[in-house]
Amino acid sequence: MNPSTNGYHPRKRANHHTVVAIVEDKPGVLMRVASLFRRRGFNIESLTVGHSEMPGLSRMTIVVDGDSAPVEQVEKQLYKLIDVIKVSDLSNEDIVARELAMIKVRCNNVNRHELLDIASVFRADVVDIATNSIILQVVGDEDKIDGLIKMCEPYGIRELSRTGRIAMVRGTKTTTVHEPEPERIARIHQTQGRRVEGDLPFSSD
Amino acid sequence: MARMTGAQMVLECLQREGVEVIFGYPGGVVLPLYDTLPQYPGIRHILVRHEQGAAHMADGYARASGRMGVCLGTSGPGATNLVTGICTAWMDSVPVFALTGNVSRALLGKDGFQEADITGITHSITKHNYLVMRPEEIPLTIREAAHICRTGRPGPVLVDIPKDVFQESAEFDWPERVHLRGYRPTYEGHAGMIRRAAELIDQARRPIIIAGHGVIWSDAQEELVALAEKAEIPVITTFLGIGAFPEAHRLSYGWLGMHGMFYANMAADNADLVIGVGMRFDDRAMGRFKDFNPGVKIIHIDIDPAEIGKNFPTAVPIVGSAKNVLPRLTEHVREAKHPEWLQWIDQVREEHPSLHIRESRRMLPQYVVRTLYEETEGNATIVTGVGQHQMWAGQHYFYKRPRQLISSGGLGTMGFELPGAIGAQVALPEAEVWAICGDGGFQMTMQELAVVVDENLPLKIAIFNNGYLGMVRQWQQLFYDRNFVAVAMTQPDFCKIADAYGIRAIRVETKAEVAPAIREARAYPGPILLDFMIDQEENVWPMVPAGAALSETIEAPAEELAR
Repeated sequence: MNPSTNGYHPRKRANHHTVVAIVEDKPGVLMRVASLFRRRGFNIESLTVGHSEMPGLSRMTIVVDGDSAPVEQVEKQLYKLIDVIKVSDLSNEDIVARELAMIKVRCNNVNRHELLDIASVFRADVVDIATNSIILQVVGDEDKIDGLIKMCEPYGIRELSRTGRIAMVRGTKTTTVHEPEPERIARIHQTQGRRVEGDLPFSSD
Repeated sequence: MARMTGAQMVLECLQREGVEVIFGYPGGVVLPLYDTLPQYPGIRHILVRHEQGAAHMADGYARASGRMGVCLGTSGPGATNLVTGICTAWMDSVPVFALTGNVSRALLGKDGFQEADITGITHSITKHNYLVMRPEEIPLTIREAAHICRTGRPGPVLVDIPKDVFQESAEFDWPERVHLRGYRPTYEGHAGMIRRAAELIDQARRPIIIAGHGVIWSDAQEELVALAEKAEIPVITTFLGIGAFPEAHRLSYGWLGMHGMFYANMAADNADLVIGVGMRFDDRAMGRFKDFNPGVKIIHIDIDPAEIGKNFPTAVPIVGSAKNVLPRLTEHVREAKHPEWLQWIDQVREEHPSLHIRESRRMLPQYVVRTLYEETEGNATIVTGVGQHQMWAGQHYFYKRPRQLISSGGLGTMGFELPGAIGAQVALPEAEVWAICGDGGFQMTMQELAVVVDENLPLKIAIFNNGYLGMVRQWQQLFYDRNFVAVAMTQPDFCKIADAYGIRAIRVETKAEVAPAIREARAYPGPILLDFMIDQEENVWPMVPAGAALSETIEAPAEELAR
């Protein structure tokens, strides 16, 4: 094993499926989804979550290993969670899928130029530079990122961090939800279960 | 709108949801709620002796009545003691509403005294759960939780409320409607799928209906009978589906599974079309999946889309409630007769009767159940624990109506019998309820005898006492080369235990005493315990050995029948 890669080997992605779930932006949702996958034995390749275009709703992009479970079961089980509003399987869609990675690579005055050349081929940005290391930031599909990682390996990778895939269907089709809640209910839903701000009275029972 | 404390809101909401009984146990953080209880005389609180009992009672109450059962525990151990009961309800899709207190908000996450992350713990065994952080969230939360609990495929929910949220006041704002974007159960059933299913039924030469718990929960017994009669389809049930189809009906062929009737297993295994209604093709029912009836076509009707295709590929999936789907299916199918197919099953039944009880001087447990059936004319509500006695109670009592047999099927929770029966008796105060208990399971929850006395319930308790963990002993005998380890139990004197609680008890030691004892128990107006000293080494037959296929069902070996 090449010690500089910390044993990192790109995984085969033969049967990976991209599933997008629109979920309530509430405490515990990530745990519910993660615990569902664990319990049912569905393998997650990556899971990415963040705010969406809809207030109170987050968009989760999950890459599932289709060998571990039929994607249909994954979808149905996700739908059973009350906080999951919509699930879209993008496996058979024409999608744009991207991931961002930051790679901290060992380098010195002698070989820094080589690294910069490699970075420019991959259209990676240099976001930090120091005497003995450099951070490259690259956006692309997994193959492209794997390719850059492979090129950096001989120099020695000090640290690698990847965001996991996010994806969108090409064209006008979306995974959005068109169903606003009544204002009164939305107000409670958006605070439901969240910590109250400020000092709370202390009492021990 | 009125200003109320969180505790008042909780009780006000439960009352508006139609809750009449809470099975609970007090403790530090739920004291504000208990303090408020007297203001709501419409809600009857039943004090249990262990929170597990509270959850099982809420469960038994729900299964017997079809209504939501409510249990209540304090934080920490109170909440964790509910877990077994919540999981029991979860596996069997029973609407149990669990309410727990938690430490005050300032202490949450700080490992305060008696803090347990009960919402985290119960994520995977509830339909949904809530941690309520503000009193103004209470009305919407309880309304949503009760809605989720009762609708669609029913199931447990949990609402966890910190102590200071019970104490804080806010405006009470009752939402008339529930609006959940992520929860829309499908009741109707797809018209095209129903037509396709009808076509398959019309073409089938050996169709069979397997009816499950869902038929009972959607109250669709009549609709099921109508379909079976119109197309002359034999009906078998799952263990939890017992009662979904009247067992005296000419098209009834018992129930299938590990200890199901031989002919039911063979019918399922030789059918060319299986119509699964409100059931989930569980491993205990279907045997080894890959060898179940190769070539069979499956129509699967269930309200939970995730059940369809989970264990078996389905030819026609219909997502909807049995109550709605069955009549529409009946409308579309042609009237038909299947004399050859019925004859075939009848013949198997004649050759392998399964439910025949042999002549014996011993007190056979099957005989006790059958005598109970005869004495009660098949009208009693039976609640069981888990193990051999459960299987005998399923086999040798014949059930007429839904909700007549109440038992922990999916989770297989020993100790369910007594609290489950208490819940059922509370729901049906006029009914004759028998708790059929294992001698092992009874000791897991027997402290609830105190509740029987407190509430003056006329419960009949029958202990099947063989001094063994019988089902485990049976497995050790059959599959572990008679290496009996940790199954023989020194039992206490159950009659003295009953006596200590002030409950009348009779020990039944011979076969001749069985019927008189049952008659005496029935004639006695109060609670009574019968300690049946049954034959010690009787096994449950037929049996699909662990990991075997339904076609490999074995019957009682000759040497056992000669005993």
